[in-house]
Amino acid sequence: MMALAIGALLWGIVAVLVATAAVRSASLVETGLREGALDFLRLTPRVAIGVVGSGYVAAVLPPEVLGGLLGPSSGLLGTAIATVAGAFTPGGPVVGFSIAVAALKSGAAAPQVIAYTTAWALFAIQRVASYEVVAMPAKVVWLRVVCSIPVPFLAAFGAMLIGKP
Amino acid sequence: MRIRRKTFDWSTAVITVLMVAAAVTVYLRDGWDRFAGVFLGDVHIFLDILPKMAAGCLIGVFSTLLIPREMVARLVGAESGFTGLAVATFAGAIMPGGPMTVYPVAGAFLAAGADIGAALAFVTSWTLLGYARALVWELPFMGTNFVFWRVVIAPAFPLIVGLLGRWVAKALMPHGVRS
Repeated sequence: MMALAIGALLWGIVAVLVATAAVRSASLVETGLREGALDFLRLTPRVAIGVVGSGYVAAVLPPEVLGGLLGPSSGLLGTAIATVAGAFTPGGPVVGFSIAVAALKSGAAAPQVIAYTTAWALFAIQRVASYEVVAMPAKVVWLRVVCSIPVPFLAAFGAMLIGKP
Repeated sequence: MRIRRKTFDWSTAVITVLMVAAAVTVYLRDGWDRFAGVFLGDVHIFLDILPKMAAGCLIGVFSTLLIPREMVARLVGAESGFTGLAVATFAGAIMPGGPMTVYPVAGAFLAAGADIGAALAFVTSWTLLGYARALVWELPFMGTNFVFWRVVIAPAFPLIVGLLGRWVAKALMPHGVRS
């Protein structure tokens, strides 16, 4: 039900954006539709590999290992392991999200997986090193990284508190 | 977010090899039925998510075309205090573009004399809430339920990082972040 509502909401946003673009010019709509379609074509095989493949990775991983390390009773240590793993996951979103969904399917608890994806979003070494350090003063990057350390833990705690997802 | 990637990239190649190895292992160890069961279950999830992914791609492209970066920059520069952090958080969430555009914008805030807390809140908000990334990548992989609840929890964090950053900067960097 919620999935359906969110799908409808997303297409509603698309309709508003396309209408806004149409008011400005027809060529803007054309450019948007063409680039959007290209992005979709580029994305589809990657998501297909990640989503379908992660089921097999989950089936291969012994559930008691991940369940023990990152399961519902892994607590603060599990969250810390997930946070460190997220920060040091190399590569782009395909890698990060494939690992996250495989972990979720093979016994890791949702709060720990939220800590993992949050840490990946905040700290992903590759992104910090190749984009952030280049564009911002080093002191600011350090300040951001240090001040962000509590965040994956707070995110996991928040998820436990509301009992979702 | 424009996904400006080559048709071939190493991350995807490594993941593909790993996934194929896992699939072969499942087939050899558990047999055809299990192999087919996992495949059909995941293909179902994938097909279910395709229309949302298409919407995500269109939202990413059209918002980049329609929202000028300068507008987002003006938004953040105009406020201070806690309101400044809230505005920076909002701006980070709607900021179009990938890391090659977001970090320079944050750097420009600082160069223009914006508050350090606002710059940190902006970057943090973009990494945690940047809707383009959440829609295009996270939704198809993690599913609607997971993304929805993660996004419900997340808006507090840019504010926390901004406040903490402001406080630490005041305590440890009395001459500013550029000295």
